[in-house]
Amino acid sequence: MGRSGPGRIIALVVSLGITLAVSGILYYWFREAAFLGNDYQSTFEPASENAEKVHSVYVLVFWLAGAVFVGVMALTLAFALMFREQEGAEAVQTHGNSRLEILWTFIPVVIVVAMAVPTFDAIVQIEGDPPADALEVTVVGHQWWFEFRYGDEGIVTATDLHVPVDRAVHLSLLSGNFQTDGSFIDNDVIHSFWVPRLMGKKDIMPGHENHLWFTPTETGTFLGQCAEFCGLSHAKMRFRVIVQTQEEYDAWVAQQQTNPADPTDEQLLAGQQAFSSAGCIGCHTINGVSQGLVGPNLTYVGQRSTLAGGWLDNTPAEMEAWIRKPSSVKPGSHMPDGLVDNLSQDQVDALVAYLQSLR
Amino acid sequence: MATAVGTVGQTTEHSKIWEWMTTVDHKKIASLYGVTGFTFFLVGGIEALLVRTQLARPEGTVLDADLYNQLFSTHALTMIFLAIMPLGASFFNYFIPLQIGARDVAFPRLNALGYWMYLSGGLMLTLSFFFGGAPDGGWFGYAPLSTTAFAPGRNMDFYTVSLLILGSSSLIASLNFVVTIINMRAPGMTMMRLPVYMWMTLVVAFLLVLSLPVVTVGLIQLYFDRNFGTNFFTPATGGDPILWQHIFWIFGHPEVYVLILPSMGIVSEVLPVMSRKPLFGYAAIVFAGAAIGVLGFGVWSHHMFTTGLGTVPQVVFSASTMAIGIPTGIKIFNWLGTMYGGNIRFTTATYYAVGFIALFTIGGISGVMHASPAVDTQHQDSYFVVAHIHYVLFGGAIMGIFSGIYYWFPKMTGRFLDETLGKVSFWVMFIGMNMTFFPMHFLGISGMPRRIYTYESGLGWDTWNLVATIGAYIMAFGVLLFVINFFKSMRQPQTAPDNPWGGSTLEWATSSPPPEHNFDVIPEVRDRDPLWYNRDHGIELPPKPEHMHIHMPPPSYYPLIIGAGVTLVGLGLLAHLGVAVAGALVVVYGVWGWALEPTD
Repeated sequence: MGRSGPGRIIALVVSLGITLAVSGILYYWFREAAFLGNDYQSTFEPASENAEKVHSVYVLVFWLAGAVFVGVMALTLAFALMFREQEGAEAVQTHGNSRLEILWTFIPVVIVVAMAVPTFDAIVQIEGDPPADALEVTVVGHQWWFEFRYGDEGIVTATDLHVPVDRAVHLSLLSGNFQTDGSFIDNDVIHSFWVPRLMGKKDIMPGHENHLWFTPTETGTFLGQCAEFCGLSHAKMRFRVIVQTQEEYDAWVAQQQTNPADPTDEQLLAGQQAFSSAGCIGCHTINGVSQGLVGPNLTYVGQRSTLAGGWLDNTPAEMEAWIRKPSSVKPGSHMPDGLVDNLSQDQVDALVAYLQSLR
Repeated sequence: MATAVGTVGQTTEHSKIWEWMTTVDHKKIASLYGVTGFTFFLVGGIEALLVRTQLARPEGTVLDADLYNQLFSTHALTMIFLAIMPLGASFFNYFIPLQIGARDVAFPRLNALGYWMYLSGGLMLTLSFFFGGAPDGGWFGYAPLSTTAFAPGRNMDFYTVSLLILGSSSLIASLNFVVTIINMRAPGMTMMRLPVYMWMTLVVAFLLVLSLPVVTVGLIQLYFDRNFGTNFFTPATGGDPILWQHIFWIFGHPEVYVLILPSMGIVSEVLPVMSRKPLFGYAAIVFAGAAIGVLGFGVWSHHMFTTGLGTVPQVVFSASTMAIGIPTGIKIFNWLGTMYGGNIRFTTATYYAVGFIALFTIGGISGVMHASPAVDTQHQDSYFVVAHIHYVLFGGAIMGIFSGIYYWFPKMTGRFLDETLGKVSFWVMFIGMNMTFFPMHFLGISGMPRRIYTYESGLGWDTWNLVATIGAYIMAFGVLLFVINFFKSMRQPQTAPDNPWGGSTLEWATSSPPPEHNFDVIPEVRDRDPLWYNRDHGIELPPKPEHMHIHMPPPSYYPLIIGAGVTLVGLGLLAHLGVAVAGALVVVYGVWGWALEPTD
């Protein structure tokens, strides 16, 4: 049967060596993919308390998985080498070995229990209630952008979620549209709120109010993206969480709570008129100017880091491209094409300048 | 050739095509399933290549968002319902009667009907590209994205109608297999002497019989929501989208085992024969397979860990999901135990079987990783899950199917596939497969969501996406080598002996290819490995009798008529209900004729 004593040991050592070498290479690539630094969406660099909790389970599970991988691969390779057909060799006619089979049933049992205990512990924490002093924000999923409503502060914004560091954030997740009377209609599809560095994802289900909370532990910009397939521009439904110091955050809130100053500059005035004449006011709110509820609130749009669900940079050129033909940026966009076709180039420039001035 | 008295003689008067269209011979139906299934496998592969080409570089311009969504949706639907399941059904059809020592399946005409309905549903799904657009809401068709408010075209109607037809096809085939395996075993073949492949077939058939009705209800509800104004899944009018998810996954998770268990069965046949020793721990493998089947009905919500289930359901479904890792682990250890101490012939079939163990293990490990809901909140809907399912379905199911093709090809055709070309194509596929799917783990870890038609540069995703695309083309080249091998082999003379690999099960006790009536004399079974027992105890198979009076069922065109009627019903549901009524009348006519058809 198979190779003789020394031959077997050689086969085992060679197999283990090959498996460990392959695992080493894979581990190197894995680290390259996992540890990216800021401005990435790594699932392996937690920046909140709950994400840290999830991560500790993740790391344990990762190493258990790695151990099983090395064990099974090395044995498969070793047996393939050891028992390769040989002249005159005979196969051992065994039907099984009850003792051995019972023993190795316990291997997966032990692994699974080792995973289960910390998993259940983590679930209880992250699915539990947020601290009482948490910042309350309602997240509304739309095809294809995120709306953020700060109930207590009376702020409505989109795409950039501003939160203070070291304070719990409690998100209520809704899919649909708020109406002028304050009621809510669940008339959108399923989306999913995912900022990998801050927390695992939670789906935004029409007809259900889901909750997610986390306490950011470092300041910075954290990239997020819709994780549930939601139609044509699913790929372009992105957002950012901007974690600020308490002072920065307080200053941001104070500014958001005041209406933008009326423009005095001639071009900006023309832009404000174009905002009305091109019909933008029907869908968009600018505090003190308009009250549309279909599209994102544009009160301080000039301040946002990105446009169009996080796909474009917030520059005059990209803003113009967006409002001229939204479907060329985001297929299926609910903002129609050709809204500003009747405006002159000067008027479009004025409109863009006006929107950019809202900062 | 054996001239069985009373077998079909009239086919000689008809054309070859008519013979195939009216056949009720399980082996011919198996060939139809096999060739059609492999053709759809190539179609699904081309869809995948287009998807990968679009994603090769950031902001790719090969496809637009609409076509991309249609392609990734139909890729999944094609591979699951039109390729892997029918290729499984092909082997089931061919080898159930041969492995249990029967002359055909219990209901030969039902068997033919299953094929014609499969062909009908498959063509409907695939040709939808040319009739207004293919399904574009993912294979899971989540409402409300799949309802008319968000999917006004015919795309998702093609989805519901073709899946209803395909589901019915699988349902009647599965009932047929259950009845056949339980009732038509050769004398002496007790349940615990059943080949492992037959056990896995039985489990799969039960899984389908129990899970398909559930999704059928869901699909009808979705069709009604879309066409008759009901509100099962629309929240604004009182429905609930989470209901669809529960219905879909109560079917969808057992479906995963429907895809993988047949390949586990094939590997459990190939490894012992090639190792020249009995399967290690037969009972454990059988019970583990059955346990996977039973537990498979209790884990569906792990597809929904991020939908806001709450603490208790998360804990329960996490525990049940992790529990499935235990019987799966047992199987892997037993396959390794089978190799241990063997004198293993490394044929191409062995390569694929051993490749299956290695690759399926990777998919199994990552599956257990996201059995932890905490980890799953980071994995769900990311490329990590894409890597996982492809290690299970390509590394597992497809590798097993290729192992089965190389193993049983001599039996089915009387010809060998070229072993050298086979091994080359194995290695090309193996390398391409790992190049495509392993980097997807990295992409998932760095936060790339699934089902996005484009992505921006600078997120750390560029390199691995390019590698994955190159890997996909290498894999496709490996499949092409197999196709070449197939056509090359089919031009060779039929020289394969009855039992070229020294197999132990009954299919090797008849000629290659087998006669229409399978066995001149139904063999008697004295052991779990009947042919090895006979070999070791010097028992000869009974000689061919001089006069054989074997009654085989005559060909019938009624399955074809009913299949055509069902197709009309389907088309009617897509176009005009009048056509559906006409189709229903054709079905009634077909059933009438079927019931009164003389059997000899």
